[in-house]
Amino acid sequence: MSYSERHVLETLIYLPMLAALVLVFVPRPQKTLIRWISIGSGLALLVMSLYAFVAFDYDGGSRFQLQRSYPWLDQLGIAFALGIDGIAAPMVLLTGIVSLAGTIVAANIQRDNKDYYILLFLLIAGVYGTFVSMDLFFFFFFYELAIVPMYLLIGIWGSSSKFKDFDRPKEYGALKLVMVIVAASLLIWIVIIGVHVESGTGSFNIEIIMASIDHPSRFSGTFQSVMFLMTMVGFGTLAGMWPFHTWSPDGHVAAPTSVSMLHAGVLMKLGGFGIIRIGMMLLPDGLQEWALLLFIIGTINVIYGAVSALAQHDLKYVIGYSSVSHMGYVFMGIASMTAVGLTGATLQMFAHGIMTALFFTIVGGIYERTHTRDTLVLNGLASKMKWGTAFFVIAGLASLGLPGLAGFVAELLVFIGAFQTQPILGALGVLGAAITAVYILRLIGRTFYGDRDPKWDNLTDLTRREFIAATILLIPLFYVGLYPQPLLRVIRPGVDAILAGLGL
Amino acid sequence: MNIDFSLLIPEFILAGAGFLVLLVDLILPKAQEHRRNVVTAATAVLGLVVTGVVALTTQMDTSERLYDGLLFIDRYSLLFKVLFVGIGIAVIAMSVDYVAQKMNHPGEYYALILFAVLGATLMAESGELLTAFISIELLSFSLYVLVGLSRGDARTAEASAKYILLGAVSTAIMLYGISQLFGALGTTLFTEMGPLLIGAGAWNLTMITGFVMFLAGLGFKLSMVPFHMWAPDVYEGAPTPITALIATLSKAAAIALLLRFLAEAGAGSGDEWRMPLAMLAAVTMVVGSLSALPQTNIKRLLAYSSITQIGFVLVGLASNSVIAADAVVLHVLGYAFTNLAAFTVVVVIELKLGKESIADFAGLSKRAPVLAMIMTGALFSLAGLPIFAGFLTKFYLFTAAIDQSLEWLVVIAVATSVISLYYYIRVIREMYITETEEGSKLPVPLLLAGLAWVMFAGTIAIGVFPQPFVDAAHAAVTSLTPWAIY
Repeated sequence: MSYSERHVLETLIYLPMLAALVLVFVPRPQKTLIRWISIGSGLALLVMSLYAFVAFDYDGGSRFQLQRSYPWLDQLGIAFALGIDGIAAPMVLLTGIVSLAGTIVAANIQRDNKDYYILLFLLIAGVYGTFVSMDLFFFFFFYELAIVPMYLLIGIWGSSSKFKDFDRPKEYGALKLVMVIVAASLLIWIVIIGVHVESGTGSFNIEIIMASIDHPSRFSGTFQSVMFLMTMVGFGTLAGMWPFHTWSPDGHVAAPTSVSMLHAGVLMKLGGFGIIRIGMMLLPDGLQEWALLLFIIGTINVIYGAVSALAQHDLKYVIGYSSVSHMGYVFMGIASMTAVGLTGATLQMFAHGIMTALFFTIVGGIYERTHTRDTLVLNGLASKMKWGTAFFVIAGLASLGLPGLAGFVAELLVFIGAFQTQPILGALGVLGAAITAVYILRLIGRTFYGDRDPKWDNLTDLTRREFIAATILLIPLFYVGLYPQPLLRVIRPGVDAILAGLGL
Repeated sequence: MNIDFSLLIPEFILAGAGFLVLLVDLILPKAQEHRRNVVTAATAVLGLVVTGVVALTTQMDTSERLYDGLLFIDRYSLLFKVLFVGIGIAVIAMSVDYVAQKMNHPGEYYALILFAVLGATLMAESGELLTAFISIELLSFSLYVLVGLSRGDARTAEASAKYILLGAVSTAIMLYGISQLFGALGTTLFTEMGPLLIGAGAWNLTMITGFVMFLAGLGFKLSMVPFHMWAPDVYEGAPTPITALIATLSKAAAIALLLRFLAEAGAGSGDEWRMPLAMLAAVTMVVGSLSALPQTNIKRLLAYSSITQIGFVLVGLASNSVIAADAVVLHVLGYAFTNLAAFTVVVVIELKLGKESIADFAGLSKRAPVLAMIMTGALFSLAGLPIFAGFLTKFYLFTAAIDQSLEWLVVIAVATSVISLYYYIRVIREMYITETEEGSKLPVPLLLAGLAWVMFAGTIAIGVFPQPFVDAAHAAVTSLTPWAIY
């Protein structure tokens, strides 16, 4: 490995931390300088992520690549070990894309943007850390680190919702989000320690633990069964799994735009990623035992999320519930335990991450201009916000699975995988996609077309910054939709290795 | 019999420094309040620094038993000696502004802190029940006086009376327990008790009564449920630096003593006492975290939170293994840094605003951003979130507990962690989210700001670079006899 290949993964963690540290010493009134430092760091992160993705050797390379390990705590067998496999590599790329778009959009923040960016970069460091850690301790360390800043980000810079019949103060969303996710993450805590102790390897390194599973006496059926259920609920909650999803719409609605982008775009993916990393890789028998339940819950997610989105008329609630719905495809893909399905699940995480970030970019822009997200009030915006409409419509079309956009490829693969194992549930999943089409088209029709209310006459189109952020998100949406091979080539060896572990 | 007095030089220095502080206080003219305060504080800090330096330079490789095992001078006692000296320095630094503003007996105040540190040090060294008892009394009497030292406040009077009365009762119970243990075993030396407790019939009724009563007496010091009732009132009523002293020094000393006792006397018969201790741990964590929910006073909140933290320590003690002992010592270190950071912030708030309810933290992120950040870090550390000490030490404790098949206890522990996060977040919400009209900057005294930074840095250091701390803890733990073989 070259010097840069050896250090790229740790740089992905250190760079956002360094950015946060630098910002600590920039005087508060220097708002423009703070913006440029942050956007520059975001750009550097995207470049590093792209580099890591390209450096991943998809044929002939070992399973975990760009590996790096530093001793950290010998007594407990913890090492600062980094490495990415075929599942983590696309997630790293996704984080890079969304982080850059997020830092650009966050430039709209006026109040205390220094503190905002510091917390945002801590969150980004946590997300990267979780994706690239091979040591389960650090996996959990960064996982928690990614959640903690959310409370302040939403609580301070978020927005409260007022409806005719109920109020949702921003603190409510912030507190609910953090409490629910932290509570669920404690299940993961127990799973990680349990797996470590039970493996008898004295190590937290995932490769070493996996090597020990081949030994027939390790990890009894009951142990795997209990641990997988905890893994499923623990990570599933972050991925918006029904019935533990209620924090997600409330949290997204309360969050400021760039936090929503990162949260729905990347952080929720940690949940799906965690189920694959710990559930599938370390507890294969547990997955096989609970696969049907996961499948059913995934299907419920798809339908329930879509139907709930149908009933909402707040733009962010619609997107929030559509996230719940789309994450259902990820669960279905995992539960199908087929190469196609799992590939689709990984691709869906990537595609959904990009399209939701794009949605939130535009919705945030609309909210900043109109101070409302209510589709009963918003209408006919298309004539005033040409670019905004265009981006939103493309994100919507990706969301409902139009061919040529990333969402289509991902959902198609998930459906193929689903039909191979559970045709009935797979069919219900397709029904969910149909409902998605209904609420997305209705939303677009209401908000952007029709007669314009005179009070929106002075609306301005996207600013240059918003336009750039949206374009950054648009490119991969089309690229993956039209030419998914580069991603699939990377995902495939990861998927094959996992399925080999499952004995399939 | 080893009666090498030179091994006790650090303790002599400490006691001497205590009397020196009293003498300095006597010599300096009464009228110069400020000067007396600063000079006595400086003398006390100097005494502590010399003690620490002498101990570190002369006792690094010492492993001796004085007077046939009444006192152990080993790596374990050295680690706690240094920790206690550090706590003493921190509390004195915290006190200088506080004493100047609120109290009028600087000499007695600082001297008593030194005696408390001496008592705590002897507790960590004791290898025998009566020696342990006398050390506990030295610590307790110093604290009784310190709690009541700022007169004129009804809450202080209540706290002081409660502390002395309940303390006296717990002392009596403990002494009775010791007599039972002596009656049952014919010895009070930890090392001689150990072998006698292994084997059928060793845990007869007399022995168990004695053990329970001894544990109850120590449980009072630890504020272990059900002996915790005094803690919130005393925490609230005592001068805030003394609250910090009780929360860190007295707790850490009791843990040091209990860990040595359980290791030397009980390691071989762990199966007899592990389950009862595990249950006490469970009850302590649950009661501590649930009782904290309705609190509105930050000191009471920290009192209940420290009860929960003691529950976590008991999880480690009930695990009865080397890793668990490492984890306990590490947790105590992290807990000391974290609490001292939090209490430093509370002291500033109390000095500048004259109040210490949680609502008074409103808008602190605007009025003193650094303090708000440090307080947030301390609270996140207490809640067990990265990158702070609490995350690692809890992870360590839970790993040790699951290693010893205490999964159910870990489930309870993590559940209480969630509850505790809720009430820590309430404080953070006040500091960052609640809008206030009062926006003027709070002037933070330099000494207190520096202290808060040091403690904050320590909290992060344990959380991010734990290796040296774990090495120190491990070296200390392996100097205990039963685990020396590992």
